[in-house]
Amino acid sequence: MSDVLAVAEHRRGDLRDVSFELLTAGRQLADATGGDLHVAVVSGDTESFADDLNREGVDAIHTVSEGEEFNHDVYTQAVEALHAELDPEILVMPNSVNGLDYAPAVANRLDLPLVTDAVDFDYDGGLTVTREMYGSKVETTVDVAGDQQAVTIRGAEWPAAEGVGDADIAEFDVDIDADAGSTVTGFEEVGGGDVDISEADFIVSIGRGIEEEDNLPLIEDLVEATGATLASSRPIVDNGWLPKNRQVGQSGKVVTPDVYLAIGISGAVQHVAGMKGADTIIAVNTDPNAPIFDIADYGIVGDLFEVVPELIEQFE
Amino acid sequence: MKVLVTVKEVAEVADDFEIAGTEVDERYLEYDLNEWDDYAVEEAVQLKEDGPAEEVVTVTVGPERSEETIRMALAKGADRAVRVWDDALEDAGLLDVETKTNLLEAVVEEEDPDLVLTGVQAGDDAFGATGVSLADELGFQWGAVVNALDYDADENVAHVHRELEGGVEELTDIDLPAVLTIQTGINEPRYASLRGIRQAQSKEIAPKSLDDLGLDAGAIESDLEVTSMYEPESESDAEIFEGDASETAGELAEVLREKGVAE
Ligand SMILES: Cc1cc2nc3c(=O)[nH]c(=O)nc-3n(C[C@H](O)[C@H](O)[C@H](O)COP(=O)(O)OP(=O)(O)OC[C@H]3O[C@@H](n4cnc5c(N)ncnc54)[C@H](O)[C@@H]3O)c2cc1C
Repeated sequence: MSDVLAVAEHRRGDLRDVSFELLTAGRQLADATGGDLHVAVVSGDTESFADDLNREGVDAIHTVSEGEEFNHDVYTQAVEALHAELDPEILVMPNSVNGLDYAPAVANRLDLPLVTDAVDFDYDGGLTVTREMYGSKVETTVDVAGDQQAVTIRGAEWPAAEGVGDADIAEFDVDIDADAGSTVTGFEEVGGGDVDISEADFIVSIGRGIEEEDNLPLIEDLVEATGATLASSRPIVDNGWLPKNRQVGQSGKVVTPDVYLAIGISGAVQHVAGMKGADTIIAVNTDPNAPIFDIADYGIVGDLFEVVPELIEQFE
Repeated sequence: MKVLVTVKEVAEVADDFEIAGTEVDERYLEYDLNEWDDYAVEEAVQLKEDGPAEEVVTVTVGPERSEETIRMALAKGADRAVRVWDDALEDAGLLDVETKTNLLEAVVEEEDPDLVLTGVQAGDDAFGATGVSLADELGFQWGAVVNALDYDADENVAHVHRELEGGVEELTDIDLPAVLTIQTGINEPRYASLRGIRQAQSKEIAPKSLDDLGLDAGAIESDLEVTSMYEPESESDAEIFEGDASETAGELAEVLREKGVAE
């Protein structure tokens, strides 16, 4: 019972990046526990997914060919059954939107302690998980009791596993009760519209620091003066101040401009997921401890209502 | 239909703060209604205003102080509130998902709602797991990260959108009874009106101990223990511009010109 079981994720025919990160995280844990790394892939084209997941450090891959796309009833039952069969010490799943839709149910069913959104692990006979609290302002280490645990990992914290492995690949048969009461009926793309911020070279992005919609024209003046493209963090879109196609982040757009100027944005992980690929990141924020400064190349610790008018003046 | 909304009072940390042991020093914490729960409350109140829901009840796990926050939800239109607390919880440390599930399950069994709405996550500990865990424990259906909800009373089905990553939404039909975890942006949470705030004063907040819920101390034994808390080590090599606003803006302008993105 020292093995590790990691559950891959895919959508619309492609494995998602976090699947390969899970392999690295899973291997790290398996090295510490002295066990094997098992990988599960459920639904879709499991055969080709299994080939792709067969990377260095993977000992076994179990495919469950039931359904095309993610369905939490299928995932919950498949992972529960596989866990019962393999009896691993640690179960690792992605802290993605779909991960959040089945991991808690699996943990509950198997009576496993669950720790979500891990950014690191430590294993010394027992599992310790590092995670953040209060919007990344503090980090904590959490000891997890019990002989078996379930953990979900934050995306982009572990490098993707590479190389070619020689895992045993086998179909795992589960009796799925497909009549469970939820049905996925389709997908919808959102956030089209007038501009494509993912094409922009220079983005001025605003966050909750602007406080009210009435302050938006100030930023629009800056955008005008500098020829930038306007984008924002999620709360601005939630408030209806800007359309959805301006939202940068995990549930918005991924942008890769030459310069990303983040004004009044704290740098929550879901925001950073959309902009960390910018060449140069500049932050204006009153809080010197705001996480955005951890990834910034340049920064101003100051009030945007003082800095932005001065900046506009520089370009007029 | 009866809707139960789980609400949490979350702590927010001031810009400058100190850590005392494995906690942020109480002096640097401010309390507020969890952002995601605000949207969940609004969604429930709208279900009532639009017809399908007869009653909206909120449940919170929190000390007496949290009543102030619960009153906000009542002022926005919830009918009454249940507050679960116990001296045993005072000393329990970090409540794990299972503990919250146990407590809320007991309340759901008492209240017997058709629909439970929770926030996607709590802004402080950010586990993001309680709603789905609760649903599974209850044998309810569920949907996580819901950003659109259309309830069909004839079919007793919730047509929802789940907001996936990268601007894609999944459309799912969920049979009731169900637990939905609500994402920000699903609606526009109202401000509490003065009238609402006045009315909230006379609405019931029923305190419940473990005993009242038929639970014993075993139900709140947490599997998690926080062993250290610290400010994350910044790997930042950011160059911070010093000076007044005009100086810092000047330096920033220079960088923008250097990078060739603005003239
Ligand atoms: C499943 C999920 C998906 C999500 N997807 C996204 C996403 O795609 N994109 C996204 O952005 N978020 C997303 N979020 C939300 C995310 O967790 C944060 O809540 C959000 O990014 C915070 O936005 P913010 O930085 O603008 O606001 P806050 O975190 O409130 O930060 C505001 C900042 O402004 C600063 N400030 C205040 N006043 C001033 C001033 N006068 N001058 C300068 N600075 C000031 C403050 O110090 C603070 O740092 C998602 C969350 C979840 C759970």
